[in-house]
Amino acid sequence: MIADLIIALVFIGYAISVLMGFGTILTWVERKQAAVMADRIGANRAYIRIPFTQVKLVWWGLFHGMADGLKMLLKEDFKPRTYDSFAFAVAPWVVFTPVLLVFAVVPFGGTITPAALWAPLAGIFGDRSWPMQITTLDAGLLVVFAFSGITIIGAMLAGWSSSNKFSLLGALRAGSQMISYELVLGLTVLGLILIYGTLDLNAMVRHQSGTVLGFLPAWGIVYQPFAAVLFMTAAIAENKRIPFDLPEAESELIAGYFTEYSAMKMGLFMFAEFIEIAIIGALFTTLFLGGYNLPYMSDAGFAFPGGAALAMPHGAAVVTQLVVFLAKVFVVCSFQILVRWTLPRFRYDQVLTFAWKFMLPLAIVNLVATAVIVWAVQA
Amino acid sequence: MSTKPYKRKQYWNEPQMGWYERIYLPEILRGLAITGGVFARNMFKWMTGRKGALTTYYPEETRWDYAAGNRGKHVLTRRPDGSPQCIACNMCATVCPAKVIEIEAGFDPADTAHPKFPVRFEIDYSRCVFCGLCVEACPEDAIRMAKEVPNLPADDRWNMWLGKAELLEWQPQSDVAKPYPPAPAGAPKKDRA
Repeated sequence: MIADLIIALVFIGYAISVLMGFGTILTWVERKQAAVMADRIGANRAYIRIPFTQVKLVWWGLFHGMADGLKMLLKEDFKPRTYDSFAFAVAPWVVFTPVLLVFAVVPFGGTITPAALWAPLAGIFGDRSWPMQITTLDAGLLVVFAFSGITIIGAMLAGWSSSNKFSLLGALRAGSQMISYELVLGLTVLGLILIYGTLDLNAMVRHQSGTVLGFLPAWGIVYQPFAAVLFMTAAIAENKRIPFDLPEAESELIAGYFTEYSAMKMGLFMFAEFIEIAIIGALFTTLFLGGYNLPYMSDAGFAFPGGAALAMPHGAAVVTQLVVFLAKVFVVCSFQILVRWTLPRFRYDQVLTFAWKFMLPLAIVNLVATAVIVWAVQA
Repeated sequence: MSTKPYKRKQYWNEPQMGWYERIYLPEILRGLAITGGVFARNMFKWMTGRKGALTTYYPEETRWDYAAGNRGKHVLTRRPDGSPQCIACNMCATVCPAKVIEIEAGFDPADTAHPKFPVRFEIDYSRCVFCGLCVEACPEDAIRMAKEVPNLPADDRWNMWLGKAELLEWQPQSDVAKPYPPAPAGAPKKDRA
């Protein structure tokens, strides 16, 4: 009992620090990557001076994120005279909290046996082992969709309660766009559920540690390349980033549904967006890129296609899995930023046409084809 | 009101999209390859210790085409004995459109050639418009402008005043009008950290 509590607290602490870390680092990565892609240098002037010395730590502008956070905390928190100040105050949190909660079912490592890591820990934990995941739910993927659906309510609340026409228009756009793409997102993932036969994300990752055709790693992207592209597109649209940032289109709507927000409340919207990039990265990694495992790797070690095997000690396996998961998530995040700084924005009618007339039929075709093939293979 | 149906204007260079462009995905991948390629090239340059950007780090670096005749910080010239060439005639202060020059004249009976000299010579760089009229007006070639700008970011406008000492002793890297005379041996040196 107490062991379960300790493990849960450690995992929750790890998950929150990873997400917050990603949220902070990604603001910097986005700036720097955009700058390098555009032959620029990027933010590089903020520094921290070590007290009582003239040593200034610049570190490639890493401290600009801290400067921004400090600025947002110290700015005036302007409140518009709105008819629903409670909804106005609560909306950023309705956007922010579910984004964090989604990570509860995402496995960030294999199983961990504390006693095998360090013998004295056996006194508390016995020889039990835990999957590195905050909650092991059979309905993992459903929980992901349930929580990410709440974000829509936050965006709508923010737009409604701002008493501002730009905000309202932005909220309407956000609502219709997110609901449309949520549908596509769910349909693309259904194919994977058919193949893996489970909704539990950890079981999905274990399923992906084998091989297909003898040599390819059995990753979701190998089984369902089409679904991977659709999932990525729908996820970016769901996160309201360019090329789908119609709810926040600056040239038309100032900042869309959070036009009236200032200081740290606006910061929460931005932060939620950056954390959602990391969440999309984590989901994409888990569903399509083999999760926390390297190719041919499982909890016990490597099993290469030629028949060679390499056993790994438990500690090395745990550390490798944690690091590999973070690295894969980071690569997917970086890819999303690449997309964001490459493509121009859609027109608004194009966004919904794209969702309903292009992506949805494709997702359904993909699902039907997968179902037929799975039925044929099993029969 | 006319009831003619709206006819869209046809341009001679109307964009023609074939089926390949209409699938959209290959073209996106091509775009991503371009931006990703630029990213990889620049990142490789940065990681091998070269500059992967076209930007000039401005105050530290200047561009190769930085204007040679740029009107920057003022320089007070000196006579060979080290005293300022300025005779405190106030013509620069009079002509100055921004009224940033303040001169307090002094009298030195020992120097019969030019008995009048500036006790104070101050320029308020927070208001200076760098028009160069003071240089034009000076009858004695006592004030010039070097091409370097006064790098004076300050958190208080009172820190943006430069006095006689700084204007006299500031050694610019270059002076477009004439080579700047080397400081005489006995001239007081001020350490500008």
